[in-house]
Amino acid sequence: MTVDSPARVRVAKAVRTRRRHNPVTWVQRGGLTTLLFLLPLLIIFGVFSWTPIVEAVIMSFQKTNLVTAPVFVGWDNFVAVFEDPVFWIAVRNTGFFALLALLFGYPIPLVAAVLMSEVKRMKGFYSVLAYLPVVIPPVVSVLLWKIFYDASPNGVFNTILGWVGIPPQPWIQDAVTAMPSLVLEATWAGAGGTIIIYLAALTSVSPDLYDAAEVDGASIWGKIWHVTLPQLRGILFITLILQIIATAQVFLQPFLFTGGGPVNSTTTILLLIYQYAFTQSLGGAYGQATALSLMLAAFLAILSIVYFRLTARWSDN
Amino acid sequence: MKSPGKLAVLAAAALAGVGILSGCSSSSGGGDDGKVNLVVAPVLPGATADALKALHDRVQQFEKKYPNINVKAIEYQWTGTTFAAELAGGTLPDVFNVPFTDSKTLANNGQLADITKYFKQTATAGKWNKNVLDVATGKDGKVYGIPWGPYAMALSYNRDIFTKAGLDPDKPPTTLDEIEQDAKIISQKVPGVAGYMQMTKDNTGGWELATLTQSLGGKLEKVGSDGKVTVTADNPQTKQALAWLKKLRWDDNAMGSNFLFDWSGINQAFASGQVAMYMSGSDVIGSLMQANGFDQKKYGVTTFPLSSSPNAGILSGGNVDVVNVKDSPEQIAAAVKWIDFYRTQPTVDKTAAVNNAKTLAKGDQAVNAPTLPVFDKATWEQNQEWIKPYDNIPVENLKPFNDNIFNQKISPEPPSHTQDLYGALDAVVQAVLTNQNADVDAMLKGVDTKVQALVDADSK
Repeated sequence: MTVDSPARVRVAKAVRTRRRHNPVTWVQRGGLTTLLFLLPLLIIFGVFSWTPIVEAVIMSFQKTNLVTAPVFVGWDNFVAVFEDPVFWIAVRNTGFFALLALLFGYPIPLVAAVLMSEVKRMKGFYSVLAYLPVVIPPVVSVLLWKIFYDASPNGVFNTILGWVGIPPQPWIQDAVTAMPSLVLEATWAGAGGTIIIYLAALTSVSPDLYDAAEVDGASIWGKIWHVTLPQLRGILFITLILQIIATAQVFLQPFLFTGGGPVNSTTTILLLIYQYAFTQSLGGAYGQATALSLMLAAFLAILSIVYFRLTARWSDN
Repeated sequence: MKSPGKLAVLAAAALAGVGILSGCSSSSGGGDDGKVNLVVAPVLPGATADALKALHDRVQQFEKKYPNINVKAIEYQWTGTTFAAELAGGTLPDVFNVPFTDSKTLANNGQLADITKYFKQTATAGKWNKNVLDVATGKDGKVYGIPWGPYAMALSYNRDIFTKAGLDPDKPPTTLDEIEQDAKIISQKVPGVAGYMQMTKDNTGGWELATLTQSLGGKLEKVGSDGKVTVTADNPQTKQALAWLKKLRWDDNAMGSNFLFDWSGINQAFASGQVAMYMSGSDVIGSLMQANGFDQKKYGVTTFPLSSSPNAGILSGGNVDVVNVKDSPEQIAAAVKWIDFYRTQPTVDKTAAVNNAKTLAKGDQAVNAPTLPVFDKATWEQNQEWIKPYDNIPVENLKPFNDNIFNQKISPEPPSHTQDLYGALDAVVQAVLTNQNADVDAMLKGVDTKVQALVDADSK
């Protein structure tokens, strides 16, 4: 009987490892084919995703107008963003938008999905009705709502309010009401997609759990609280973080409805990035735009990590 | 192990993918037939069929004169927001026009082609008024564009609405108080119509506030004898202008219900009869006819009133036709020929002027939109005589402007970080129109601080 010395074991392991990473073996095992299949994806990601990201990181430390030679300016762009009073207004506005969207935009699709799942007849009709706003191109939706928000007494919403004796509202023409008006449209436009996700998730909840709850004498509210919500918590956590990320990047509504006005009341971080890049000094502030983009990306990445850490123990996974 | 055939197919597919991706490059501008290709952009997006027909005729006339140049005319509106990206992306036309406000900044940024050599070869090179050509001249003394259609800020009004409100359209207001009174009457007698409105969005709010300030004798920026620029938005005349707007908005309720207008937005509102009077360039009827199909018979224009202050002047502006900085020398030479043919010759050459006027009139485009002299007043008057038979905007509608404009002192725009200044002032104008208790003093001080920092950063 022979006993392998530790040295011989190490050598044998090393040989096996070398064999595993041998290029010839790799080719023989079809590695080249894998690479060829992967190549188009790598090129597309490289050209359209990673190159711009790397260039943006470089640009955030430069002063450039994309024509003349860029000059490295260190942290100046980041400092300029922090010193801009509109930056803090944009942070506050984005937070306000996210908060309002969370208060209204998060529970509404859930309630709608639960109600729709309880409906026995014309389920498809309600699903189509809920999803229809998502089918309408976002720009068309905003332009449509811009007409609804006409602040004159003849505006669509103001006419409706007039029927019940409420005076005309300024909607997007006033610094106080502008942001809630934007959230209202965004909720209308985005709820359909979330409702469909919730509806799909609800079908996976076992009917046995409801039956058991019913036997235990649970009311409808009890069934929702003790069965539906716990069963959906994985999906709820995901949609919550997706919504936070989406609201932190809101651009379309402030850009098309108000251009950030009145008096910067709807200037969000993404709109400010756009203004840095394209409206200020004729493209002279690309550095500040990319610096703010990086800060937003870093913030969202950290937020996502913290969020998943915090919710990990409550989540299914 | 896969067969060599299959590998070859996969490799070919991958290469084809790379080929598709690399196929996004732009052409060099030189045709296979030795001709120079030129993309010009002289009409606004959404131009009427008549406007496009008129342009097509002009292109044909040019190609007949210069058979070695192929011209492709496109609808295009230059905006600061898309310019830099279009330039970097290679989708910018070869010839496009930028406002006076931006031409110097772009030239000094190295974002426009140097056309000095070819400009000097044009017949009118020595005739230019130095003050006018200055807007297209960089700090290096080189020429980066050819100015055209200078205008003064003016008060445009809808004659039909004036009549409906019981006002005489031949006697438009001549003071700020009269504008306010007429606006109040219109909004009371013609419901749903804003008596008077101004632009407020995308830097136009600041532009129009600058006009008001200068018409009252104030300045938003002062240039010291050492050339140092001081931002002075917090001045009595700007506050007076904002107080006037506040009165119109809150005391008279004469400004309608939309307070977020940009240039094209207010044109649309005016053309659709939602706004009775508004401040814009004196030549705006050209755009109203070209892009909004506005009936020129309803159009009236008068000079914007100036105060009695000796410093009061009317803010002027205009356009500069410029050339893509990425163009080849052949394209730049061809571009200057096009600009000279399309813009300059119709102002100095009788045949060109008459041909241009005939084509515009045939296409129902503005022939006699009020502008200011590009060379000198005598040349301008001569030009007006040549095109008189083809005038298609009723001359009496333009009379209040044409009779008074040469009595007004012309006042240039604030010289430094103009768009940044205008952008910062947008919020102040919006505040006054949407918040009765807006703290104007604090906001103007904030504008001074913000823009002064940008000005000071230039000298570091």
